[in-house]
Amino acid sequence: MRYEPVIGLEIHAQLQTQTKAFCGCSTRFGASPNSQVCPVCLGLPGALPVLNHEAVDLALRAALALGCEVQPTSIFARKNYFYPDLPKGYQISQFERPIALGGGLRLTVDGAERWVGLTRIHMEEDAGKSLHEGFLDSERRTYLDFNRSGVPLIEIVTEPDMRTPAEGAEFFTRLRDVLVWIGVNDGNMEEGSLRCDANVSIRPAGRDAFGTKVEVKNLNSFRYLQKAIEFEIERQADVLDRGGRVLQETRLWDSSAGRTLSMRSKEEAHDYRYFPEPDLPPLVVGASRVEAVRASMPELPAARRVRFVDQYGLPDYDAGVLTQSASLAAYFERTVAACGNAKAASNWVMGELLRVLNERGEGIGEAAVSPESLGGLIQLIDRGTISSSIAKDVFARMHATGAAADAIVAAEGLAQIGDEAALRTVIDEVLAANGDAVAQYRAGKAATFGFLVGQVMKGTGGKANPKLANQLLRQALEQG
Amino acid sequence: MLLDAGAVAIRNAVAAGEVTATAVCEMALERAARLNPGLNAFNHIDADHALRQAAAVDDRRRRGEPAGPLAGVPVAVKDNLCVRGMRTTASSRILERFVPPYDATAVARLDAAGAVLIGKTNCDEFAMGSSNENSAFGAARNPWNPAHTPGGSSGGSAAVVAARCVPVSLGSDTGGSIRQPAAFCGVVGLKPTYGRVSRYGLLAFASSLDQVGPFASNVTDAALALSVLAGPDPMDATCAHEPVPDLLPTLGDGIVGLRVGVPRAFVSEGVDPDVRAAFDATLDILRDAGATLVDVELPHARYAIPVYYLVATAEASSNLARYDGVRFGHRADPSAAGTLREMYFRTRDEGFGAEVKRRIMLGTYVLSAGYYDAFYLKAQQVRTLLRRDYEEAFARVDVVAMPTTPTPPFLLGEKADDPLQMYLADIFTVSANLVGLPAISLPCGFSREQLPIGVQLTGRRFDEATLLRAGRTLETRTSWHAATPPVA
Ligand SMILES: [Zn+2]
Repeated sequence: MRYEPVIGLEIHAQLQTQTKAFCGCSTRFGASPNSQVCPVCLGLPGALPVLNHEAVDLALRAALALGCEVQPTSIFARKNYFYPDLPKGYQISQFERPIALGGGLRLTVDGAERWVGLTRIHMEEDAGKSLHEGFLDSERRTYLDFNRSGVPLIEIVTEPDMRTPAEGAEFFTRLRDVLVWIGVNDGNMEEGSLRCDANVSIRPAGRDAFGTKVEVKNLNSFRYLQKAIEFEIERQADVLDRGGRVLQETRLWDSSAGRTLSMRSKEEAHDYRYFPEPDLPPLVVGASRVEAVRASMPELPAARRVRFVDQYGLPDYDAGVLTQSASLAAYFERTVAACGNAKAASNWVMGELLRVLNERGEGIGEAAVSPESLGGLIQLIDRGTISSSIAKDVFARMHATGAAADAIVAAEGLAQIGDEAALRTVIDEVLAANGDAVAQYRAGKAATFGFLVGQVMKGTGGKANPKLANQLLRQALEQG
Repeated sequence: MLLDAGAVAIRNAVAAGEVTATAVCEMALERAARLNPGLNAFNHIDADHALRQAAAVDDRRRRGEPAGPLAGVPVAVKDNLCVRGMRTTASSRILERFVPPYDATAVARLDAAGAVLIGKTNCDEFAMGSSNENSAFGAARNPWNPAHTPGGSSGGSAAVVAARCVPVSLGSDTGGSIRQPAAFCGVVGLKPTYGRVSRYGLLAFASSLDQVGPFASNVTDAALALSVLAGPDPMDATCAHEPVPDLLPTLGDGIVGLRVGVPRAFVSEGVDPDVRAAFDATLDILRDAGATLVDVELPHARYAIPVYYLVATAEASSNLARYDGVRFGHRADPSAAGTLREMYFRTRDEGFGAEVKRRIMLGTYVLSAGYYDAFYLKAQQVRTLLRRDYEEAFARVDVVAMPTTPTPPFLLGEKADDPLQMYLADIFTVSANLVGLPAISLPCGFSREQLPIGVQLTGRRFDEATLLRAGRTLETRTSWHAATPPVA
C-alpha cells in the first residue's frame, strides 16, 4: 500500500538572554557545574520567580518574524512532574494561553512551494542537567548540574503540514536561519540551545483522516531529523503492511543504531496537572510594546532577498546566497556602497571571498579584507587600472597583508599599461621579432592575431590594457 | 514591665537611651525560656542570634545613627519564614535540619527596622491546620489555658505575643492562619491585602492565598509592624506596587460615619452563644462610636470552605513537590531506597505528616486530567462570584464585620480526628483569602471559660488603614486587649 506521511515539529529554542527566565543568574554555557545558580533556580523553599522581560522581547521577536499573532494576555502555567533535574517539581511553561498563535514559514523543496503553519509559540524554562556518565562512581550515582535550570526557552509547535522528511529538515533549517538572523537563538544544536522533536504519522494515500501519531525525540541535527523521520515512516508502513496497528507512543532516536526506540506508551504518559502559575501575574503585552519590538527587528531574510533582486538587479540565486546570514548580507551591502557595482560585488563576495574564507574555515566576521577594501579593488578593475586576472592576485595579497588594493598595485607596479606610446613600442618590437606570423596574418590567417596579442601581453608582463592592446595591434597590422 | 508595654514603648525607650536593646532582649529571652516548656510555642529560640542583633542596635545608637522604627523590639517569626543561617522547618520532619541561605523579605525588613529576632515559632506543618496539632514537634498550647489550642496554623506566633514573650510576631495566613489564632489567644492579628507584603522566603502553602502579617498585643503595634513589612519587592512578582500610607497618624481619627456591613444570614448559624454575645456587644460599641450598621449579603460565602479546600490543596500539591529529597531536607536512607521512585516515595512518606499527605493527595486529584474542570475550574468560578459579593457589599459599606471564629478555642484533641469539623473552624476567615482582601482579628471578649474571643473586620483592597482605625477605636472603648493570660 502507498502511504502519505504527515509530519509536525516541536522546536525548543533557547532565548539568547544574559540572565535566566525567572532569576538573575547568568545563562553562559560551559561554566563549572552549579556555579550559576541561586535559591530561585534551585527551587529552594520560599523562592519565587520574577519574569525576565528580555526573554519576553526575544519571544516577541520570534513571534513577529514568523508572522504569529501576539496574544495581548498570556498566562504562565505549571507543568507538574517529578525528576531530579527539575528542582521545583514543576516546570514553568505556558499551556492554555501561550504568547503567540498562528504564523508559519514558506518553504521551497525540490522546486515546489509549501506553507508550513505554526500552531503556537509558548515560553517556558529549561530544566537542569542529569549527568549519568563521566564520574568514577557513575555506576551508583547521578550528578546534577543546575546551571541550565531556568534558562528561557520558546517552544515552537507546527501544524502537521509537512509530507516528506526533506520538508521537515528544510523547515528546521529555515527556522534556524530566521531565529539566528533575528538574534533570538545562537543556532547551536550541539550545546542543546536548539532542539527538535517530530510528530510522525502515516495514512493511506488519498485518505483525509490522520493516522496514529508517534512523537520522536532527540533529533538534534538536520541529518538526524531527516533520518529519524525516514526511519519512522518506514517502520510505521511496515507495521501497517503486516496488518498491525501503530501505537501512540513517544520514541527516542538512537543515532548510533540509526533507529527509533520506544520510550513510553500513551498509557505511561504523564498527567502533567497543568494549572495557572499563581506566582506570576498574567503576561500583558500592549500594542506599543509589540511595535517597539517590531521597530527593533532586522529585515528578515525573505524580505531582504526580494529587496536585493529589486534594488541591485541581482539574480534570485545570488540574492539567496547573500541573504543566508545577516552578516554576509551586510558585508555585501557595504561593498556595493564602496564601489557602486552590485553585480561585481556579488561575484567577488560569492566567489573569491567565500572561497578564501571556506578554505580557512573562517566566518565572514573574521574576513581580513574589509568590504571597503574589496570595494576599492572593484573600482580599480572598473577604471581599467588593473585587469580581472591581476585583481585575483591583488585580492590574495590583500587577504594576506590587510593592505589596500591601490597600495599593493602601486607598490608592485601592477597597474595596466594604458599609455599608447609605451604599448606601440612593445608592439613594434613584437612585429619585428615575429615576421612569419605577421606574414601569415596578412595572408589571411586571422588566428595568428591571438598569438600576436599573447606576445604583446607577455612583453608587458601581463599589464597591457587588453582592449587597448588589441586595438593598437590591429592598427599596426593594417598599416604595415 | 517593659515587655508588656508593647513595641512602640520599647522602641521609644531604646531610641531615647533609657534602656539598651540588649537588656530588652535578655528580658525576652528569659521569659521565652521560662514559658516555652509549658507553651511549646517556639520551635527554636536563638539567643546568640538575638543578642548579636541587639548589640548591633545598641552599637548604632552609640554611634548616633538613627534608630529604626522597631529598634530593639524583640520579635518572633513563624517557622515557615526563611531566616539566613537559622533552621527553618515549617514544623515538618522533611525540613527538620534545613538552614536557608537567605532571608525572607519580611524577615529582612524586620532586621533593617532594628527588630531583634528571638526565635522561630511553632505552627501546623507547612501551615496546614487550625489547631497547631499538625506540627511535627507537638502542638503549641494556649497561654490562657494549656489544655486548649492556641489556634492554627500560626499558633506559636499568637501564643508568644499573648504570653508577652515578644510584643510583635509574624505569621502567615492562607485561610485564617493569623486571624483564628489571634482570636483564640486574645491578641491582634492582621492579614494584609494579598500583595501588600512580599511572600519571598515564605514557604509556600497556597501561593494565591498566602499572606504574611503581624501579631501584636495592640493595634498601634500592629500598624507599626505592617508599615515596616509592607511595600513592593522586586523578588515577588505578586507583590503590589501600591504605595503604603503612613498608618500611625490616622489611628486615632475615630469611626464617625463608618459604615459597618453585617452579613446577618451568614453569621446566624452554628455560632457559639458566647461568641454571638461578644460579637453583638462589639457591634453595639461600634455603633456607639459613630458607625452605622448595614445588613449585607454574601450569598456565596457559604461555599467558601469547599472552594478553599479545592484551590489551596491544588496549589499545595504543586508547591510541596520540591520536597523530594534531592537537593535539601530529609532524604530516605539510600541503602533502603533502591530506585529513584522508591527514594521519592520513602522520603515523602517519612517526611510529611498525615494532614500534609491528605492535602497533597486531594490537590493532586483536583488537578488530574478529567477532574480539573469539575473541581479546580469550578472553584475558581465560585471564587469570582465571591469576589463580586464583596464588591457589591463594599459599594455600600466600608468594612464587613463577622466573628473571627464560630467558637472559642477548642480543646487540644477535640477535633483532631475530624478534619471536616476542623476545616469549619475557618468558615469566617477563608473568604478574605479567596478574594485577597485585608482582614483583622481583634480581641472582643471572653467565653464563660475565660477563653478569648475575636471579632473580624474585612476591608477594601489595600485599605488596612480603615481596619486599624476601627480596631484602635474599639481598643479605646474596651480593655480586652490589655488582659494578659495567667502564665505571662
Ligand atoms: Zn538563579
